[in-house]
Amino acid sequence: METNSAPLLKLQGIKKDFNGNQVLADINLELGKGEVLGLCGENGAGKSTLMKILFGAADITETGGYSGDIYLDGQKVSFETPFEAIEAGIGMVHQEFSLIPGFDATENILLNREPEKYSFISEIFGDRLNTLDRKKMDERSAEAVEKMGVAIDRHMMINSMPVGHKQFTEIARELSKDQLKLLILDEPTAVLTEREAEALLASIKGMSERGISVIFITHRLQEVLTVCDTVAVLRDGVLVECTPASETDEARITKSMVGRSIMGVAGSDDASEQPDAPTILSIEKLWVDMPGETVRNVSLDVKEGEILGIGGLAGQGKLGIPNGIMGLYEAGGTVTFEGRQIPLNNPRICLDSSFAFVSEDRRRVGLLLDESLEWNISFPAMQIQNKFLKSYLGGLIKWRDEKAIRELTEKYIEELQIRCTGTKQNARQLSGGNQQKVCLAKAFALQPRLLFVSEPTRGIDVGAKALVLNALKKFNKESGTTVVMVSSELQELRQTCDRIAIVSGGRISGILPSSAPMEEFGTLMLKDVV
Amino acid sequence: MEESITFKDRIKDSVAEFGLPRLIITGFLVLLLIMAPFVGADLPTQISNIINRFSWNGILVLAMVPMVHSGCGLNFGLPLGIISGLLGATMSIELGFTGAMSFVAAILIATPFALVFGMLYGWLLNKIKGGEMMIATYVGFSSVSLMCMMWLVLPYSSPNMVWGLAGKGLRTTISLEGYFDQALAGIAQINIGNISIPTGTLLFFALLAFAIWAFLHTKTGTAMTAVGSNPAFAKAAGVNVDRIRMLSVVMSTWLAAVGILVYEQGFGFIQLYMAPFYMALPAVSAILIGGASVNKASIMNVIVGTILFQGIVTMTPTVMNNMIHMDMSEVIRIIASMGMILFALTRKTEGSR
Repeated sequence: METNSAPLLKLQGIKKDFNGNQVLADINLELGKGEVLGLCGENGAGKSTLMKILFGAADITETGGYSGDIYLDGQKVSFETPFEAIEAGIGMVHQEFSLIPGFDATENILLNREPEKYSFISEIFGDRLNTLDRKKMDERSAEAVEKMGVAIDRHMMINSMPVGHKQFTEIARELSKDQLKLLILDEPTAVLTEREAEALLASIKGMSERGISVIFITHRLQEVLTVCDTVAVLRDGVLVECTPASETDEARITKSMVGRSIMGVAGSDDASEQPDAPTILSIEKLWVDMPGETVRNVSLDVKEGEILGIGGLAGQGKLGIPNGIMGLYEAGGTVTFEGRQIPLNNPRICLDSSFAFVSEDRRRVGLLLDESLEWNISFPAMQIQNKFLKSYLGGLIKWRDEKAIRELTEKYIEELQIRCTGTKQNARQLSGGNQQKVCLAKAFALQPRLLFVSEPTRGIDVGAKALVLNALKKFNKESGTTVVMVSSELQELRQTCDRIAIVSGGRISGILPSSAPMEEFGTLMLKDVV
Repeated sequence: MEESITFKDRIKDSVAEFGLPRLIITGFLVLLLIMAPFVGADLPTQISNIINRFSWNGILVLAMVPMVHSGCGLNFGLPLGIISGLLGATMSIELGFTGAMSFVAAILIATPFALVFGMLYGWLLNKIKGGEMMIATYVGFSSVSLMCMMWLVLPYSSPNMVWGLAGKGLRTTISLEGYFDQALAGIAQINIGNISIPTGTLLFFALLAFAIWAFLHTKTGTAMTAVGSNPAFAKAAGVNVDRIRMLSVVMSTWLAAVGILVYEQGFGFIQLYMAPFYMALPAVSAILIGGASVNKASIMNVIVGTILFQGIVTMTPTVMNNMIHMDMSEVIRIIASMGMILFALTRKTEGSR
């Protein structure tokens, strides 16, 4: 690939923090005209944030902007809105589609940029009454589709299209803009079939030959190596690697993606595999229909008293496992707990079998935001196990035992160091970390035999993270509860768990001891990525 | 200086807690009470009026509480429960009960109707989660219209109730004299000068209010509040959300049935046809004036709200009419009740407890 002396895009010292939480630190990148850059990194590594900065997205400007400089064609630019970015020749295809379902492909491709016909009515009432020039529209969309190199039906309604064609329509829309210089593709192949993905890769090559630069974000490393000129790897907001694709390979990219040199801790200090412990929970051929986290075929044995970690990239189905077993999403397969089969799709039976679940969706499922901490912590135990109730008239009246509830709440406030003004404070007023502690307290109060914890440290600060993880470990050790912990953060799983199962493509791609080297985890994570 | 700031803050806090609209309405009511003697209205009579009207309406307002707690919103479908009560009242008379016995019989007969109607209504509301209040309004409206026909068609024959000439079809207004007129109010009534206090009705209200308060402290009551606060949380804690919501709707409907019977025994008449239509909005706005919101309501909200609302309704006509010799009561009542509902619906999430 020939590149001009001045790069098309140059990022210099880009930094971004959300409320003091550093997500991007000093990013320097260059991209020549017609070059294809592959951008890799784990979830939360900062890929999307970087692209949003480039595209002038509202959530960047609203959270105080960024620092550092962006040069486009040698000119310093700073986009306040996506419109300015589009004007300057940047196009972006998002993971979520932004198409109008009831319009056909052509109309979507040229939306708001339609060629127009003047008539005498527009002379009187202004341009808004121009009519659309259907013939020209057709020509221009044909042109864009041809540029893309993948044939799609230009007259098909979006809502009757297969998902891959929607993706191509979006790409064609970007290509139909004459000023396009740089196209950002955010995981475009995630929804494509293998053949469609191949077509897309060919199309990317075609674009680069036409002189359009492409930033290509994907988890499929093979694609990166096939199509990109340069591979950049982000990890925890730092650009750890930026090498020509010809000089690297999958193993090296994987290692840079997951290997956190800064922390360097290998495994949990007191991790212990217990090969002879009896199996407490046996999952066979589980499928779960959870949107965005589909579980396809999971078989997994959990040993009594252990902390089992479940890791994997987002969207691969790791969150679906606990949600499916607990009956919150439709599921099928066989789940056996202590020799008894647990019927699926029935939350109540799971709870009665002394399972507990700390949901990843803290605010929607995990908490009664407008009620006191007392209620939040005692409610499940009260409803499921009739704890904290006083019985009158032979059990006919079950009265709330306010004193017992307050004592319980005070106990957990102290134990988990929940920062609050008192047991009567509303859960809404607590910070994310403290809310998470309340969710744990609620599960602990159930004294479960088996505890599912989903993303326990999502969105909370480092101090609270350590506390939450330690509380989990301590609870596991002291009460002998088996814990299954699902998390996107591999490092955290390695610190906490005895064994770690990696989910990829809705299946378990392997189980490793937490002391296994990072590269092995990385390889498993990307094994069957869909 | 420092002290004055804390004092100011304290006032600010208590105003925030009490709520500005409630403060304005309370102020207005106090103003009316002060003005009453100057414009020639008899204050004791007025106060006695307020107490009486409170005793008639209290239970209808109380009927709002269960559904607000379970997250079904304000019960705009109150007419459905009222119709159950009316069926109880008319059937009790038809079956020949008289005196206080007819009141007991009315409640007993109204109960199965309230349960069946409540279950159907609850089943419907469980189908349309999120749009409860809108659907409830139409349930109320359409049930009133349906009953307008039914009152004519149902085979009632008691000469005290049917149209005189036709000999069939119920009259719009039926006197309760000889039946349960003042059935509760007459119990241990206290009369001091111009003030008369319907002790029995107040006690009956207190009994039901206590029952609801107690219910909300039980396991099921706690589940009901949790369902209203966050259904997803309640479901994850093993609560059968639909069953709890259904229970709240049935409770609300039954309370409305009993509420209208209590209202009638105080008022002295059964009002049929379009009358139930006009009962829901005053009850809704009373509980809102009392400081409830769409998803939070307490017994205190019911008591305070009913006193304030009924106070305004009774005092305004007397004072205003004496002052400007014009009937403003209906106008003020409508402005206050509609305004309050509007205000509450715009601040759906906020609420005091």
